[in-house]
Amino acid sequence: MSYTAATVQLLSAEGTLVESDASAEYLPIIERLDDQMLREFYRQMTVIRRIDIEGGNLQRQGQLGLWIPSLGQEAAQVGSGYAARTQDHIFPAYREHVVGRIRGVDPIKIIAMLRGLSHGGWDPKEHGNFHLYTLVIGSQTLHATGYAMGIQLDGNSGTGDLESDEAVVVYFGDGSTSQGDVSESLVFAASYQTPQVFFLQNNHWAISVPVSRQSRTPLYLRGEGFGIPSVQIDGNDVLASYAVTRAGLDDARSGKGPRFIEALTYRMGAHTTSDDPTKYRDAGELEFWTRNDPISRYTAYLRARGESDAFFAEVDAEAEDAAADIRKRTYELPVPEASSMFANVYAEEHELMDAQAAWLAQYEASFEGGQA
Amino acid sequence: MTVTSMTMTKAINNGLRRALADDPKVLLMGEDIGPLGGVFRVTEGLQAEFGDKRVLDTPLAESGIVGTAIGLAMRGYRPVCEIQFDGFIFPGFDQITSQLAKLTARHEGSLTMPVVIRVPYGGHIGAVEHHQESPEAYFAHTPGLRVVTPATPHDAYWMIQEAIQSNDPVMFFEPKSRYWPKGEVETAASGFPLHASRVVREGTEITLLGYGPMVSVLLQAADIAAGEGTSVEVIDLRSISPIDYAPIIKSVQKTGRLVIAQEAPGFVSVGSEIAATVTERAFYSLEAPVLRVAGFDTPFPPAKLEAVYLPDADRVLEAVDRALAY
Repeated sequence: MSYTAATVQLLSAEGTLVESDASAEYLPIIERLDDQMLREFYRQMTVIRRIDIEGGNLQRQGQLGLWIPSLGQEAAQVGSGYAARTQDHIFPAYREHVVGRIRGVDPIKIIAMLRGLSHGGWDPKEHGNFHLYTLVIGSQTLHATGYAMGIQLDGNSGTGDLESDEAVVVYFGDGSTSQGDVSESLVFAASYQTPQVFFLQNNHWAISVPVSRQSRTPLYLRGEGFGIPSVQIDGNDVLASYAVTRAGLDDARSGKGPRFIEALTYRMGAHTTSDDPTKYRDAGELEFWTRNDPISRYTAYLRARGESDAFFAEVDAEAEDAAADIRKRTYELPVPEASSMFANVYAEEHELMDAQAAWLAQYEASFEGGQA
Repeated sequence: MTVTSMTMTKAINNGLRRALADDPKVLLMGEDIGPLGGVFRVTEGLQAEFGDKRVLDTPLAESGIVGTAIGLAMRGYRPVCEIQFDGFIFPGFDQITSQLAKLTARHEGSLTMPVVIRVPYGGHIGAVEHHQESPEAYFAHTPGLRVVTPATPHDAYWMIQEAIQSNDPVMFFEPKSRYWPKGEVETAASGFPLHASRVVREGTEITLLGYGPMVSVLLQAADIAAGEGTSVEVIDLRSISPIDYAPIIKSVQKTGRLVIAQEAPGFVSVGSEIAATVTERAFYSLEAPVLRVAGFDTPFPPAKLEAVYLPDADRVLEAVDRALAY
């Protein structure tokens, strides 16, 4: 449906390793992974899929204003998420829940945001350098590029030490490639040869508008057009996502300039819970992508490697527990104090904030019982 | 004394040089700001002195300049962006209002955004469309931004340094019509905090309030009025967000009359906001309605009509006469 001759795939839809010129380049990166890491790929993909279902349920039950499903995109996100090194900085769009989880962001933070309790609010420095979600499409690509310029100015890339040289990975989608900010970030990245990877998840739909309406060329050629080495991968192949992102980030951190990866994947669910894809999508398309599901092919791969039933059962149980835990903690999330609205609009003192906070406090105190 | 006479462009240039020298995290970014020194030469010589890693000639993309400045600030830098002309700020508007202004709140205080955006603004230079506008109200309306504008070389020298030291984003509007007249700059001490308004001429019968390019026009009007026997007080606002109201209220309590002047269109403007607030806070002191003298609510006209469009001393005096007639 959308794979091309250029698509790098390491793991077939049946779960067998692919032999090709491209895989010969990237398979050695996979061969360096131990069994534990290969299990973690599966664990994260499976647990986030269950949490994702729970997020949708919570929204349907009125507990969340919105849920943003990542169903079907687990391999693209888990592979690239683990490819980043500890010192790297990650700029997400707003669907990369599992990347956040890998970097130490408790999914309850995302639940809190979608329950209307925060605008994200975690401190990236204390959460694996995973920056806040950005809801204006594509804006974060410029922040990522600026951050990468800063790494470069600090001399923290290109020293030749992969363990300390830093790089940036930024997530964005097919729809965002139509935004000016994405093109501007590619221009700046190419101009300054920033240490960063542009990780484009092409999930084929910008809400209801197909990628075919947004671009006449495969999107990885956009990167090439800006002079940035670009690769198209099977985004439902967690091994390809890991290996190609790992190589791209290590190139970038080594001073070779930016890299661009287009991961072909599919938004199997709705854009958000406010959306109804049955109004614009063909059922046959979903069938194709179901056959290419990221988790089922990886399950087949691990089983062929001899992974036991007990492991899969254990992960299933962990996923159920994670979902139940999220549900329980959703109910317990506190509503912030009204005064918090004024607290961080400015870093420094601001007369208007002080005056309005004081007014609100006396207004609320004026009601019987002291609360509005 | 360490007083030197210089133009505002030179004063800002010197202020930027001092900020670059004082703090290695300060960066300048913008279009043509390197070897050319900017289209108004405000950054002249700075790239030669500090190198192209401190003074960055950027690609021609305003959203890109502001958006990457945000990323640099996240990394710990203090970027100072130059937008080439007032009317070219709008491609960067989204990054300024939706991102720069909101990031500290979005991060619940764990992130600061010490970014300065310098914008040459206003008319009187006879230029083509998009080169003579006054877009300050858009930014004053946006929570999370600070908006300031100097009227003299001394204020410009100090305010640019204070803006760079602020941990909040600051929109720094530079009045193009005041770029070239010389003024005395005291380089030993500023004498005022960034957001303080200033009484520039004392009087008793009416208060004239303005900022940036209008301050010299108000002083001219005050001179003429004095010749006709009217005692006029003139206040330079300096800061559009936040607004330092205490000296304004004090002045209105003394004079009972207030005229606000600005080049920007009057509808939903800085003048409108101040008129409403002064009415709330000094209602019983007012002898006349607060009047506004502003650009017309039209696009900035072709240059040969700018003298009609822009408020001058006569238009200010017409409002003074109306206020005094109550």
